[in-house]
Amino acid sequence: MSQTAVEAAESRPSLAIGALLERGTGFLLLLAVAAFAVWHLVATPAAFFTTMVVGLNQGALYALIALGYTLVYGIIELINFSHGDLFMLASVLSGFLMVSTFGATAATTGAFLALVATLVLAMLFGAALNTTAERVAYRRLRRAPKLAPLITAVGLSFVYQWGGIKSNGSGQRNWDTILGSSGFTVLNVKVPWSMIVVTAVTIPLLLGLNWVIQKTRQGKAMRATAQDQDAARLMGIDVDRTISLTFALGGAMAGAAGLLYLQTFGTTRYDAGFQLGLIAFTAAVLGGIGNLNGAVLGGVLIGLVQALNDRFGLGVAYSQTVVFTILILLMVFKPEGILGKPTTEKV
Amino acid sequence: MATTTAAPGTAAAAAKAHSTNRKWAVGLLIAVVVIFLLYSQILPNAPADVQTFFRRWLSVSAVNEAVLWVVFALGLNIVVGYAGLLDLGYVAFWALGGYVAGWIMSPFASSMYKSWGGLKLSILGHPPAIEGLDTGIHVNFWLVLPIAGLFCALWGLIIGAPTLRLKSDYLALVTLGFGEIIPQILRNGERIGPNGVFNLSNGDKGISPVDPIPTWPVSYIPGVPDELALKASDLPYKFLVYCLLAAFTIFVSLRIREGRLGRAWLAIREDELAASMMGVPLMKTKLSAYAVGAFAGGLGGVAFATHVGGVFASRFDFAISITLLAMVVLGGMGNVWGVTIGALALAWINSTGLEQVGQQINSSFGTDIDFPSYQFLLFGLILILMMLFRREGLLPETRTRQVLQEPERGDLESVGADLEGEPV
Repeated sequence: MSQTAVEAAESRPSLAIGALLERGTGFLLLLAVAAFAVWHLVATPAAFFTTMVVGLNQGALYALIALGYTLVYGIIELINFSHGDLFMLASVLSGFLMVSTFGATAATTGAFLALVATLVLAMLFGAALNTTAERVAYRRLRRAPKLAPLITAVGLSFVYQWGGIKSNGSGQRNWDTILGSSGFTVLNVKVPWSMIVVTAVTIPLLLGLNWVIQKTRQGKAMRATAQDQDAARLMGIDVDRTISLTFALGGAMAGAAGLLYLQTFGTTRYDAGFQLGLIAFTAAVLGGIGNLNGAVLGGVLIGLVQALNDRFGLGVAYSQTVVFTILILLMVFKPEGILGKPTTEKV
Repeated sequence: MATTTAAPGTAAAAAKAHSTNRKWAVGLLIAVVVIFLLYSQILPNAPADVQTFFRRWLSVSAVNEAVLWVVFALGLNIVVGYAGLLDLGYVAFWALGGYVAGWIMSPFASSMYKSWGGLKLSILGHPPAIEGLDTGIHVNFWLVLPIAGLFCALWGLIIGAPTLRLKSDYLALVTLGFGEIIPQILRNGERIGPNGVFNLSNGDKGISPVDPIPTWPVSYIPGVPDELALKASDLPYKFLVYCLLAAFTIFVSLRIREGRLGRAWLAIREDELAASMMGVPLMKTKLSAYAVGAFAGGLGGVAFATHVGGVFASRFDFAISITLLAMVVLGGMGNVWGVTIGALALAWINSTGLEQVGQQINSSFGTDIDFPSYQFLLFGLILILMMLFRREGLLPETRTRQVLQEPERGDLESVGADLEGEPV
C-alpha cells in the first residue's frame, strides 16, 4: 500500500514532463515522415505521384475493410478478428464468380455487368456470413468476460482460413481481371484503369453507408445502441437486430473490398485476409476506432504510407513491419487515433 | 463476486494443491522414465511391426517435439492464463530464443560481418568436429539456456512496455503486431545496414547446424553419449533433456502461482481495477508476466533449435501462436496440468495423430478424406466451441471456472457500474 502511494506521489510531477516528451517525440517522428515524403516529391515528382495513386488504390481497400472493424467495435467493443478472413473469402468467391461463372476476363460491357452482379453477390455473402457468425457465436458471448469473444473471433478466423485453403488452395491463385494492369498516363503519372473502378465503387459505398447511419431510423438505432445499450432498449430499440445489422453492414463492405482487391491485384491467397485485416485494423485505430470517417482517413493514410515505403523506403519485404510499427507507435503516443476522442475507462 | 467467495477456500486449496503437486512430480518422473526406457531399450529390440507402429503413431521425435510444445504452452499460460493478458505474438519469443542459439551456438557468428571471418570463440562449447565448422561462437547449451531466457525476458519487457496503458483488446493486436514484425525482420535479416554489410539472421536459408547438447557430467555413466546431436540413438536422451526443461517450467509455474507475484497476476486477471485498489502495482506485475512468459519461450526456442538442428525463419508464423493459444484454452487457462495435457494432445494431433487417425478412418470406411488439411478447421473449432460451451477448459482450475462462469462481464461491470445486457 505505502509503496504504491509513494509511487503515485513520485509519478505525478514526472507525468507532465513525460507527456511533453511524448508529444515532442511524436511530432519529431511525424516531421521525419513528412520530410521524407516532401523530399521525394521534389526529387522525382512523377514517380512520387504514381506511388501516391498506388497508395490511394490500396488505401480505398483498407478503408472498406477498416469500416467493418470500426462499425463492430463502435457498437459492441469487440475487435472482430475474423473480419480480414471474411474479406479473403469474399475475394475468393468473387474470383470464382467473375472468372468461372461469368467468364468476365476482358473489358466488355458484359464483363462490367458481371462486375456489378458479383459486387452485389459478394456484399450479400459478406453480410450473411458476418451476421451468421454474430448470431451463432458472438451473441452468446456478449455478456461473457472480454477474453472469450476475442478468442472466439481468433478461432473463427482460423475456420475461415480453412475455408480459404479448401476453396483456393494453399498457394497463390492468379485470376484474369477485366482491366488487367493497363492504364493511362496523365502528366507522366501512371494511373491504372482498375483505380477508376475502385474509386467508382468505393465512393458511392461510403456515401451510402454514411447515409444509412446518419439519416435512416436504423442508423439512429445503431448510434443509440453504440452509446448505451440499456437506454436504447428502454427506448424500444431492438438491440439484437441492430447489432446484427451492424455486422451485416461491415460484412458487406468487406465483401465489396474482396471483389475490388481481386480486380486490382488479380490474385487470391488464403492468408491475404490475415495480413490485410491487420493493416485495416491499424487504419481503423489510426483514424480513431469507432469513428467512420476516421476509418476512411486512416485507410487512405496507411495506403499512402505503405506505397511510399514500398517504393522509396525499406521495400516490400518490410511493408508489414512498417505498418505494425505505426500501430505500435500509435498505441504509445495517441491510442485514441486522429479523429477519435480520448476516452477514460468508464467506472 | 467470485473473488470473495473463493478467498476463504484458497488456503485449504493451496495446501491440498501442495501435496498433490508432490504426488504429480513422482508420477511425472515415473512416466518419463518409462517412456525413456521404452524408446531407448525396449523398442530397438522389439519386433519389426511394433517398431513400425511406434514410428507411425508416436515416433520419439514427435514425443520430443510435444514436450517442447509443453514448455511454450506453459510460458504462454503465464501471460494468458495467469495474468489474463491475451498475447497473440508468442511465436516471437520462440523465434528469438532460437536465434540466440543460432548466434552463439553455431558457426554462423563468423559470417555475420565481413571482418568477423576468423572469429573462433568457445565457452565450454561443443563445436561440431567437422573441419571449418569450428568457427563462430560456441557456448555450452546449458549456458545458452539462461542467456536466451534472459534475452527473451528483456524482449518481453520491450514488447510489454508500450502495451501497458492499453485496454485488453488492443493489447492482443499489439502483441500480434510484434509477433509479425520480429519474425519478418529475421526472415529479411540477411543484409542489414548500409550496403547490407551485416547478416543478422541468414534470411530464409536459416542457421544450421547448431551445436549438439553436451551431457557432461552425466556422460560418465556408461552408455550415455557425450553429446546429443541428431542421431536416432541420441533422441531418447534428448527426450530426457526436454523433459527436464518442461519439468522446470512446470515447477516454476506452480511455485510462482502460489507466491506473491502469482497471486497478484490472478488478481489482475480477475479484476484489474479492484487489484490496483488493493495495492497491486499494475505496470510492474503485468510486465513481469510478460518477462516470465518470455523466459520460458527462450528456453523452448533454444531447445527447439537443437531438436531440428537449426533455426529456420519460415517456421515462425502466426499459426504457431494460435496453436499455442488453443493448447492453453483447451487444457484450461491457468491450470498447469490442464495446459500440459492440452499441449501434449494438440502437439500429437499436429504431428502424427491427425494423419494416422485419418488413415485408419479412411481404410476402415473406404473413404478418401485428406485429414491433415482439416487442421485449421479443427483448431479454430476448438477455440470457438471451448469459448461457447466450456470456457474454463477441460481441466479447469476451480478459480478460473468461477470467474469465467460469472454471468457479468468482468472488466468494468463487475464493479457495479453500467451493467449492460438484458436480465436473464
